[in-house]
Amino acid sequence: MSPRREQWVGLLFAMPWILGFLVFLAYPLISSFYYSFTSFSVLRRPIWIGLENYREMLGDEVFHLSLKNTLAFTAGSVPLATVAAILVALLLNTRVRGMALYRTVFYIPSLVPMVALGVLWLWVFNGQYGLLNEVLRRLGLPDPAWLSDPAWAKWTLVIISIWGTGNAMIIYLAGLQDVPQSLYEAAEMDGARWWGKTRHVTLPMISPVILFNVVMGIIGTLQTFALPYVMFPGGQPARSTYFFSMYLYDNAFLYQRMGYASAMGWVMFLITLALTLLALRVSAKHVHYEG
Amino acid sequence: MTKRVRENLRQAATHTVLLLLSVLFLAPLLWMVSTAIKPLDQTMASPPVWVPDRPQWENFWKALSYNAEDLGYIPFLVYGRNTLYVTVLAVIGSVVSNALVAYSFARLRWKGRDLLFGVTLATMMVPGPVLMVPTYVLFREFGWIGTFRPLWVPAFFGGAFNIFLLRQFLKTIPMELSEAARIDGASEWQTFLRVIVPLARPALTVVALFTFMWAWNDFMGPLLYLTDQSTFTLSMGLQFFQSQHTGTPWNLLMAASLIVVLPVILVFLFAQRVFIQGIATTGIKG
Repeated sequence: MSPRREQWVGLLFAMPWILGFLVFLAYPLISSFYYSFTSFSVLRRPIWIGLENYREMLGDEVFHLSLKNTLAFTAGSVPLATVAAILVALLLNTRVRGMALYRTVFYIPSLVPMVALGVLWLWVFNGQYGLLNEVLRRLGLPDPAWLSDPAWAKWTLVIISIWGTGNAMIIYLAGLQDVPQSLYEAAEMDGARWWGKTRHVTLPMISPVILFNVVMGIIGTLQTFALPYVMFPGGQPARSTYFFSMYLYDNAFLYQRMGYASAMGWVMFLITLALTLLALRVSAKHVHYEG
Repeated sequence: MTKRVRENLRQAATHTVLLLLSVLFLAPLLWMVSTAIKPLDQTMASPPVWVPDRPQWENFWKALSYNAEDLGYIPFLVYGRNTLYVTVLAVIGSVVSNALVAYSFARLRWKGRDLLFGVTLATMMVPGPVLMVPTYVLFREFGWIGTFRPLWVPAFFGGAFNIFLLRQFLKTIPMELSEAARIDGASEWQTFLRVIVPLARPALTVVALFTFMWAWNDFMGPLLYLTDQSTFTLSMGLQFFQSQHTGTPWNLLMAASLIVVLPVILVFLFAQRVFIQGIATTGIKG
């Protein structure tokens, strides 16, 4: 095939994505940037107002609250879910009988669709009749009002995120299985016990996988929408679960302020970029890549 | 001898921890099943009842057909049909388009290819909410609000994540196979269809499974674009059902939730091996 022909054939095969990229990504992204400098709703054409939307954010308390809630939730859920996923993956990487079954058991929760997940946990966390508080009371432990106490509501979402960590867990497990056995043997020769091997062999060897999962976790958690939307309409109690995406959605479709919502989208984009770069920066010293 | 004792102890300890954790991970789901088949008065019993003495299988039918008389149709059957329609189209579109595009990125040489691939990877960083408003406006201009089209048409134009996944796989197929086919006089299209696609079946299955999960679970799309209750998908319908009866018929809510969850778990159990392999490679080769 001549290079000229191959050029055309290549473009032809890639055409669905070239069109998809232009229509469903590039165009919306550019127009969203433009909208962010306008006042605009479904019923009204965009009117240029310069930086007004961004200026308004500075003084918008609900905006600040939703941003704070989102960052706090990300800061709580990503590290805890990461530690939990790694611990479970370490357990699942040991050689005991019935491992295939255990792996399935730990993965299945992450399959539950968001809405069903929300409905299920509303029931489990129910302050009065919920299974969790039944068990806690029986053990003589405090039984918080998970869903109606602003101090606890975010934690219910953190617990759910730990419960549904299956995807990350599988990725860690695959990473663990790629660690060469010879490294463990060498560590054992040096007299390393379980913790020594975990700290000096396992964690450095899977550090690129940890970085990948943490970055994906940050990007995903910043966008959290469906679960709090189902479980805590309007970000109740006391707006403690009112997240950035929910306020953005409400601005766009409830208050008909699509320009403001677009500007919020760009702020979210920048925060995502900043946090990702931060994760890469912090990890630069600790992540170990094989040559 | 001591070594064997120690090994046995280690096994027993690991099993104990794994079993305890399994209980924690499974309890909420088992509670869902248990609540779904209870009579309403038993759902709030203390101590909790795990196995109801009179399982109420009719709860499933009651949940499916809730409010059917007023609506003139059986809501959850209609939701199920809508979900199936959207999901099947999205899966077909995603497999076909991503296979073509990934083939081009992995096995054809053309100017601009690597640049576009780099841009494609970068788009995975764009958070969905940034695109929410402009995409809505776009689909409104197309006249697609209130139709299923926003939920499946984009799948026919590929997606960054699946392109990446498939490209990694297609790159592992030796180039000699394509060259041999070309020498035999096969066109690029024939090479793609007869040589590469059959070899890429496992990776294509993963893409199909991921798309199935994504389309079946999608909530944001239906929330934005579906306006009439008779067009709702299962996720949307379940949320609607729940928001109308906060806190009351927990047994029916759990039955409805189970109807939404069960197909996903069944598909997973059916294709478990391929699926797990797919998830594992997304993280490793990244």
